[in-house]
Amino acid sequence: MKILNIVETAYRATLEEQDDTILWLSRALKNAGADLSILLRGNAVNYIVNQECPALKIGNATINHPARPTEDINKLSEKGVDVFVVREDVEERGIDGSSCITNIQMIGRVDIAKVFDQHDQIWHW
Amino acid sequence: MPNKTLTIALMDPPYESANSTTALRIIAAALKKGINVNVFAYEGAVNLPFKDQAPHANPVKGTTVEEEDHPTTKNFVASLLEIGKASPLLTWVNCGLCVDERGAGNSIDGVKRGGPGDFLKMAQESTNTLVIPTK
Repeated sequence: MKILNIVETAYRATLEEQDDTILWLSRALKNAGADLSILLRGNAVNYIVNQECPALKIGNATINHPARPTEDINKLSEKGVDVFVVREDVEERGIDGSSCITNIQMIGRVDIAKVFDQHDQIWHW
Repeated sequence: MPNKTLTIALMDPPYESANSTTALRIIAAALKKGINVNVFAYEGAVNLPFKDQAPHANPVKGTTVEEEDHPTTKNFVASLLEIGKASPLLTWVNCGLCVDERGAGNSIDGVKRGGPGDFLKMAQESTNTLVIPTK
């Protein structure tokens, strides 16, 4: 069974979790033997931008290991996970391609249905 | 900025939304400015100061509990309550019915049990009220 995890909501509780929960879940599923791909759309396309999330202090309590979504995507890619990104969502946000990681597959909105067809189950988070 | 009080209503549960950390940062900033803060934690937000929260290891990253150093919202709230224990004052009220339906009664020290009437009273006595709802 091939799964497509669509990640749309970005930075959802990443400060508290120190991870993007769906990228984390995808890595855990992959480690458990899942055959899966990732599709980044909407605001989640910002995860392909090289970024450094700073440590944060709330009161005197600290978040010392902030989420590193780009690193998570690289790790997924290293494990053989295809990462698709919707080109129009990147362009609409004015994201400069030169600031992005390259081990992803940029696709147009018209190609999304084809990607769906390559998978048995579509999980839209 | 003396004698100013901000009331904040929160709805989101911990570990689900950026709203929680944003709200906690606003509370921290207000206390730093000497502004008294009232919090009315409604629905899932009553779990923010839940005492049984525990940090965990990260098997995906291969880190131990100590290495992961996972933050808990109860520690954030405890830290803010410590800062706001006198002047400025932080008053944290958990909605009692919301607590009951979630079995979330075991809160950290300093959290009070209340209801919508307390929220109304806090809002009436405040300079302004900020509502941060679940969307």
